[in-house]
Amino acid sequence: MDSALIPEGVKRCSFGKFILWIVIVGAVLLWGVVAMLLCWFKGLNQTNMNDAYGFALWIWADLAVIALGGGAFFTGLLRYVMGKDELKNIINYAVLIGFICYSSALLILGMDVGQPLRSWFIFWHANVHSMLTEVAFCLSCYFAVLTIEYIPLILENRQIDRVPFFHNLSHNMHGIMAIFAATGAFLSFFHQGSLGGTPAVLFGRPFSFREGVLIWPWTFFLFTWSAAACGPCFTILVTWITEKITRKKLVKQNVIMLLAKIAGWMLATYTVAKIIDTWYWATVTAPARGFNFMDFYSNNPLYGPWILVLEIVICGVIPSIILITKTGRKSSFLLISAVLLAVLGACVNRWVMVLQVMAVPVLTFESWFMYFPSWQEIATTILPVAYGIILIMISYRYLPIFPQEQEIEEEKNASIFV
Amino acid sequence: MLPFSFEWAWDMGHMVFMGGLWYALTILGLGMTYCIIMAAVDTAKGKGSHNH
Repeated sequence: MDSALIPEGVKRCSFGKFILWIVIVGAVLLWGVVAMLLCWFKGLNQTNMNDAYGFALWIWADLAVIALGGGAFFTGLLRYVMGKDELKNIINYAVLIGFICYSSALLILGMDVGQPLRSWFIFWHANVHSMLTEVAFCLSCYFAVLTIEYIPLILENRQIDRVPFFHNLSHNMHGIMAIFAATGAFLSFFHQGSLGGTPAVLFGRPFSFREGVLIWPWTFFLFTWSAAACGPCFTILVTWITEKITRKKLVKQNVIMLLAKIAGWMLATYTVAKIIDTWYWATVTAPARGFNFMDFYSNNPLYGPWILVLEIVICGVIPSIILITKTGRKSSFLLISAVLLAVLGACVNRWVMVLQVMAVPVLTFESWFMYFPSWQEIATTILPVAYGIILIMISYRYLPIFPQEQEIEEEKNASIFV
Repeated sequence: MLPFSFEWAWDMGHMVFMGGLWYALTILGLGMTYCIIMAAVDTAKGKGSHNH
């Protein structure tokens, strides 16, 4: 039925099966939309946020998807600025994943601000002393960059590409993509960093407060570093999931190996920096403000020292060792376990830097603040996942996302005949 | 915010933040304008018509 729209030389499932899955995932999306409309029409009383939790599940989801979407800027930087040409075979998918992550982040922010129609205030009545203003500027500009990087993919659809103007536009956009990619890397560096810097400048919150260089706390650099490390891991993980669902190899293994190796070294150096930062904070920064290390991890049901071990050792040291060793990368099981742990590590790090910061008591008469999100918050956080799956399904079906797909299929068929 | 806006102040904060924003938007705007104009010129020259 829609075969004229499907890229040439590749096989896709039947149109009926495709629509069936769109409907199934669409039902989840609809659930999220209902919760979103409730939040918009009835207000933020639909959430379990309170005086202790001004930042909650949404902001964690925001920071997590922004970190995981970092694969787009870092892969773009490696491909277009540093000349890692092999990555041209995965950059399209990295851009798509980044586009989904950043549009999801903006959607969640649209709910969190409560009055999305006034979002333009942040640009016109900007508070130039706020790190979050910088985040808003860079986030929206970088989303524009991702849209610009995604447009040529849409224009390469079999039918759209037949129109000479669109064909030429796509060609010209590819021609100067390095400029857009470099701008994207610049914007990403600052908004990833400022998201890390925000909790660290809260001197009234000793759990997150950090020292740093000039106006930038150490977490500014750690957030950017972790996004550059874990973003490509997320790209590898989603590619692997897509390959399992479609039951075909979509990207050649040498491309995955190269990206995994670079991500591994980024993760390893990040983990060392994170250990040094944590050690300095635990032994110097926090004690200087009258707190012991265990004040942040005891007498509460959720935030024990295990969360630190999970973040740094299990999701930092172990995947780093796997990814920087050739033997680790060659084993499919170890490789996927490592990227999964790295992705989990980024999510745990953002959880700790958003929610544990809120949970820790800062006054002597306070106790730990616990929080569980309402169903509306959970539904609206799952909404972007459903939206992402649908966009991947549509893009995979109609756009040439994987340039090596046809070649891999032909090689596979040739080997069968041999 | 632009310099003629009543909230504007000629200090470092405004120049760095708003300058950065307009700098990034200018690069993106000029880049896209260049691509669209070149695509129109190429189309007028008959390039890309082999796709029909």
